[in-house]
Amino acid sequence: MQIPASFDYVRASTVDDALELLARHGPESRVIAGGHSLLPMMKLRLARPEWLIDINDLFELDFILLDGDRLRVGALTRHTALLESTEVARLFSIISDAEAVIADPVVRNRGTIGGSLCQADPAEDLSTVCDVLRAVAVVRGPGGERLVDMNDFHRGPYETAVAPDELLCEVRFPVRPRSGSAYEKVERRVGDWAVAAAGAAISLAEDGSVEAAAIGLTALGLDGTVAEAEAVLLGRQPSEELFVEAGRLAAIACDPVADQRGQIDYKRHLADELTRRVLRQACARAAQTQEG
Amino acid sequence: MTVIHERDSNPAAGDADRPVGYGRIQRKEDPRFVRGKGHYIDDLVLPGMLHGAILRAPVAHARLVSIDTTNALAHPKVLAVITGKDLEGLKLAWAPTLSADVQAVLVTDKVRFQGQEVAFVVAEDRYAARDALELIDVEYDVLPPLVDARKALDADAPVIRDEIPGRTDNKIFDWEIGNAAETEALFASADVVVRQEMVYPRVHPAPMETCGAVADFDAVNGKLTLYETTQAPHAHRTLFAIVAGIPEHKIRIVSPDIGGGFGNKVGIYPGYILAVVGSIVTGRPVKWVEDRSENLMSTSFARDYIMEGEIAATKDGKILALRTNVLADHGAFNATAQPTKTPAGFFSIFTGSYDLQAAYCKVTGVYTNKAPGGVAYACSFRVTEAVYLVERMVDILARKLDMDPAELRLKNFIKPEQFPYANKTGWVYDSGNYEAAMRKSMELAGYEDLRREQVEKRAKGELMGIGISFFTEVVGAGPRKHFDIVGLGMADGAELRVHPTGKAVVRISVQSQGQGHETTFAQIVAEELGIPPENIDVVHGDTDQTPFGLGTYGSRSTPVSGGAVALVARKVREKAKLIAAAMLETRPEDLEWEKGRWFVKGDPTAGKTIEDIAMAAHGTMTLPEGIDGNLDAEVTYDPPNLTFPFGAYICVVDIDPGTGHVKVRRFIAVDDCGTRINPMIIEGQVHGGLTDGVGMALMEIIEFDADGNNLGGSFMDYLIPTAMEVPDWETGFTVTPSPHHPIGAKGIGESATVGSPPAIVNAVVDALAPYGVVHMDMPCTPARVWEAMQGRPRPPI
Amino acid sequence: MQISMTVNGNEVTSEIEPRVLLVHYIREVLGLTGTHWGCDTTNCGTCVVLMDGQPVKSCTVLAAMAAGHDIRTVEGLAAGATLDPIQQGFMEEHGLQCGFCTPGMMLTARALLDKNPHPDDIEIRKAISGQICRCTGYATIVRSVQWAAAHPAAAAGAAGEGADEVLDGTDTVVEDVATETQDAEVKA
Repeated sequence: MQIPASFDYVRASTVDDALELLARHGPESRVIAGGHSLLPMMKLRLARPEWLIDINDLFELDFILLDGDRLRVGALTRHTALLESTEVARLFSIISDAEAVIADPVVRNRGTIGGSLCQADPAEDLSTVCDVLRAVAVVRGPGGERLVDMNDFHRGPYETAVAPDELLCEVRFPVRPRSGSAYEKVERRVGDWAVAAAGAAISLAEDGSVEAAAIGLTALGLDGTVAEAEAVLLGRQPSEELFVEAGRLAAIACDPVADQRGQIDYKRHLADELTRRVLRQACARAAQTQEG
Repeated sequence: MTVIHERDSNPAAGDADRPVGYGRIQRKEDPRFVRGKGHYIDDLVLPGMLHGAILRAPVAHARLVSIDTTNALAHPKVLAVITGKDLEGLKLAWAPTLSADVQAVLVTDKVRFQGQEVAFVVAEDRYAARDALELIDVEYDVLPPLVDARKALDADAPVIRDEIPGRTDNKIFDWEIGNAAETEALFASADVVVRQEMVYPRVHPAPMETCGAVADFDAVNGKLTLYETTQAPHAHRTLFAIVAGIPEHKIRIVSPDIGGGFGNKVGIYPGYILAVVGSIVTGRPVKWVEDRSENLMSTSFARDYIMEGEIAATKDGKILALRTNVLADHGAFNATAQPTKTPAGFFSIFTGSYDLQAAYCKVTGVYTNKAPGGVAYACSFRVTEAVYLVERMVDILARKLDMDPAELRLKNFIKPEQFPYANKTGWVYDSGNYEAAMRKSMELAGYEDLRREQVEKRAKGELMGIGISFFTEVVGAGPRKHFDIVGLGMADGAELRVHPTGKAVVRISVQSQGQGHETTFAQIVAEELGIPPENIDVVHGDTDQTPFGLGTYGSRSTPVSGGAVALVARKVREKAKLIAAAMLETRPEDLEWEKGRWFVKGDPTAGKTIEDIAMAAHGTMTLPEGIDGNLDAEVTYDPPNLTFPFGAYICVVDIDPGTGHVKVRRFIAVDDCGTRINPMIIEGQVHGGLTDGVGMALMEIIEFDADGNNLGGSFMDYLIPTAMEVPDWETGFTVTPSPHHPIGAKGIGESATVGSPPAIVNAVVDALAPYGVVHMDMPCTPARVWEAMQGRPRPPI
Repeated sequence: MQISMTVNGNEVTSEIEPRVLLVHYIREVLGLTGTHWGCDTTNCGTCVVLMDGQPVKSCTVLAAMAAGHDIRTVEGLAAGATLDPIQQGFMEEHGLQCGFCTPGMMLTARALLDKNPHPDDIEIRKAISGQICRCTGYATIVRSVQWAAAHPAAAAGAAGEGADEVLDGTDTVVEDVATETQDAEVKA
C-alpha cells in the first residue's frame, strides 16, 4: 500500500485552538477531518503537508440544527449523519439524494460536509447541493467570523474562499416554504465519481408558479448555478415544456471535458436530461409540501 | 446420460445427513478465515526481515540514460539499492517468460511500458523503502511509444524489442488453424454471411490481495525458501532453478493462503526475483508486496484481442462456417502463461457449441508499449475471447435472419449422439447435452414470458434486453504430450497416506486461491474410501511437502488433480482389499466394496473397515506378498483428454434511455460441469465468475492514452462490480459426466467468467435493437451505450 | 508520538510515527493480521474495522487519529470459542472463498445488524457497497448476513461471554506460514 511522506501531527481541542495551530504552523499545515480526500492524496504523495491539524475532536462543529428559517449544519457533520437525518430529508431532499450517492457507506461514516466543500473537487456532489440551496458558509479566522455566499466560496477546482489560516465552521441552509429539491447523478458504478449530476431546488408561490429556482451541475465545468435556465422558470407554472427548455439551456451553459467517463456531447446531453429530471422531481416535491 | 436436477437443496452442514463424500458440506478452510487467522503473504514476518520496494518507470518508452542511487543509499534505513546494471553482473537482468521470450527484471537499456521495474530498494521497514524510492535520480530519453496494436506492424512503427539482434518489427507470431480453403468455399456459396469487428478490451484479474513474496536465502546451506503468491509452486521452483542458477533441490517454494488469483498469480514477476536477489545480497529475508497500482500496471493483464468474425449460414439458419482474424496485443514482452504449443491459448475452440462444416482462424501477436501478460483472469487460456466471438456472431446472425437467438442456437447445437465430437480445429469434445441445458435455462428464465414483456416494454419506449450465451469450455490440460509449460508436461501428482487410526493426509500439487481445495479434495478421498472429510487433511502449496505438478489455473485442479486424488485413493483401496483379504482369510476376488469397508460377498457381516485395515497395515500381522507395511500410495495423473464443461446463460437488462445506464436485472446460469463434488462450492465458483462477467461487460477496462500512460492504474479508475451492480444470481445445472475422467468431473472455476460476458453484451445489444444497434464493444458504460444509441458505437481502443 | 486506544476491549499504548496508517498499526504493531489491505485509494474496503462501532477504512485513518477511540477487528468478533453469528453465517452460506475481503465484510455486517437487526437484501447490499469481493459475487454474502439475522441467539451467547474482553492476537506475529492449518470447526 502506498504511504504518506512524514509529517507532524497535532490534535486541536477547540476551534480557537485549531485557528491558533493554523497560525503557528503556517501554510504548510493542513486541517484533517474525515481525511478521505486528503489522506489518499498524501499516500500518492500529491499532497505533502508538514503539519496535520486534526479537528475530529471539535465536537462543537458536529451538529444539525433547525434555527428559525435556516438549517445550520456544523462543518464536522459526517455524511452518514446528514443522510440519516429526518430533518434534513424533510427540508432538503436534495441533500438526502446526494448523500446516498456520495462515495460509499463506509467512507460516509468518516467524510464530513466541511471536508467535501473545502476539497472543492469539480465532481464533488455537495458543492452543487450547497450552490443550489444558496447556502452560506461560516468561516472563522484570526480576524473573527465571516459569512461567505456559496457563489463566492468556490474559486475554481480545488480552490475555495477559505484562507490557509481560516477554518470552515458551519454551513447554513435557508428554509423556504413550498419548496422541493432533488439531485440525480449518473455514475459508471456505485461509489464512482459522477460522470455528471444535476441538482435543483424550487420554491413555489401560493398560486403554484415558480417563485425561486436554482439548478446546479456537477462535473460539467460550470461555476455556480445555471442562471439562464433558472430565469425561464421564474413566475411560470411548472410544466414539461418548461423543464425541456431549462434542460436545453443547461446543456448550452455547461462546459464539460472529455475523459474516461464520457465525451463532451454525452455530458452535454446529461446536463439536459438530468436537469429535466431534477426539475420534475423538485417541482413535484414542492407541490407535495404545498398539499401537505 | 444427462440427468437434470432441480436446484440444490440447502441442508445445514453438520447435520446427521452430512455426506461422507460428495455433497454440500461446509468448507474446512473457513474456520481460520472467519477468525482472521488466514496466513497471507503480507502476514508473514521472519526474524530480521527487510522490506523491498520497486522504482517504476513513469513513461512508456524511453532510453535509460542514467541512474543515480547515491542519495537513496545514504538513507539510514536503506541496506541496498539494486539496478539493472547490478543484475547484468549476476546475469539476472533478463528472465525467461512462460512463452519462450525474455522479460527485463530491471531496465538495463530501455523502458518498454509505463510501470516497468527500474530499481529495487531494500530497507529496514516498508515506510523507509517507499521514502528511498524518491531519492533515486533517473534520467530518461523519452521515445515515441507504440500504443495502438493496429499500428504495430506499420513500417514506421518504433521497434520495441530492438535489443533482440536482427529484429526490425513488432510481430511476435502468426498462427493459424482450421482449413482456409474449405471455409472460403462455404463462405462463397452461403446464402447469408455476416461480419463484425469486435474488441475484447484489456482487463485485469485484480485479485483483492496483490502479488508478493518473502525470500529467505540461507547462505550456509545454499537453500532458498521463497514464500510467494503463486498458483503454480512447482513450476515456479523449476523456473527459479533455471533463472537463478540455484539447484532445484535447494529451492523450496511455499504458497501460503492466497487472496484470490484468477490467473494473476501464475507468472513469475520481477518483484519475486528481486526479493530473492535482495535476500542473497543482504543475507536477510526480504519481503516485497506490491501496491495496487503496481498490480494493475505491471502484472499479468488479460484479453486485448481485436477480432474480426465472419459467419456463413443458410437462409433458414444452419450455420456452415466460421472464420476469424485476430490481432493480439501482448504488450512489451511475450509473457503469456499458456501451453507452449498454443500461442493463442485455446482460442481455437472458437467454433463453440455448434456443428459446423468448416472453420478457420488466424491470430497475429504483436508487441506494444504496454505491460506484458495476456492470459489471465479466469480465461481458460483464452476461451473467454473464443466464446465471446462466437456467441456475439451467432446473435448477429440471428438478427440478420430475424430469428430468435435461442432458436438459432438450438438448431445448430452439436447433438448428444455426436459425442465424442471432433470439431474443425482439432478438439475432441468429451460429452455434452446442449439442448437440455439450453431448455433448462429457458425454463428457469421464463424465456417466452420475458420476450412478451419485452414487446410490451418496447411499445412504451422502455429498453429491456434479453441476452443468451451458450458456451463450451475446454479445461484440464494435459495430456502432457500435447500440453506443456516451458517443457514441463501438464500433469499433476497426488500422495495419500492413511494413518494407523484411519485418518488420512492427501498431498496435492495444485494450490488453492479460494476454490476450497482443502474441502473438495478431502471429499474426493472420502467418496472413494469412506473416510469422513474432517478426518482427511489436504496439504498443498509447499514444494517440500507435495508431489510435482503444474498448478491451479485454466480450471484444471478438479479435472487433473481431482483425477489424481481419485486414482490415488483407488490405489489405496485396492491395497486395502489385499490386506482385508488376508485379515479375513479369504481371496481378494471374493471381497466386495461398500463405502468405507471391504466385506465378503454374500456375507455382509464379515468385513473390515478402512480403519481396521489401516491399523492392520501398520501392525504386526504378516502382510500379503509384495505389500509394504503402510496404507499409502502415490500417482501422477496424465489426463487422456481435456474436459468440456458447458452452460446456458440468459441475462435480462434494463437500460435507462435517457442516460444509457445498464442495470442487470436477472441472470440465469445453467452449468454442466459433469459430476458435482460440493454443490455449495460449485455455486460459489459460478457466482464469482458471473460477477466478473458483469465487470467486463459493463465497466472493467485498462485503457492507455496516446503517450502510453496507463489510465486504469488504481481502483478509482479500474472499476470492479460491487454488490449493487449484480443481481441475485439464479443458478441451475445439468450433469453430463466426462466419460474419460476418473470421477466424471469437468471443472467449473472459469465457466461463468468465460460464458457470461457475451450474455450481458447480447442483452444490451438486444435492448438497443430499436435504435438499430447490431453490435457494441465492452465495456457498456453509460457513455458508450449512449453513443451506440446515437448510431455511432465506438471501439474502446 | 505516543498513542493509546482500545482494541478488541483491551487498552493498547504504542510509540509511533504520526504517519502510520491505522491498518499498519493494527497489523504490524499489534500483530492482528486478520485486517487486510487491498488498494491505495480507499476503494476496496478490505481494511474495514469498526471504530466506535462504525465501519471505517483503516487505510485512510491515521493511527494517531484513532487514539482514544474503540477499535474492533475480526479477531474481536468471536467470544473465545463462540463465533459471532456473522462468522457462523459466512460459513453456513459460503459467504467467503479466498477469505481476503471477509473480515471487513463481516465487521460491516456486524455493525449493520447492531443497528438494524432485520435488514432486507437491498439494505445489506448497500451496507457492503463500499467493499469489493472478487470471489463470491455477493449473493452468498447477503445470505450469510441473513443467516446471522435469523440466528441472533448465537449473538446473545457471544455478548454474554464478553466478546469485548478479547484482545485476540497480540501474540500472533506470524513466524512461519502454516499451509495446512485446520482449526477445529466450532459450532455456535
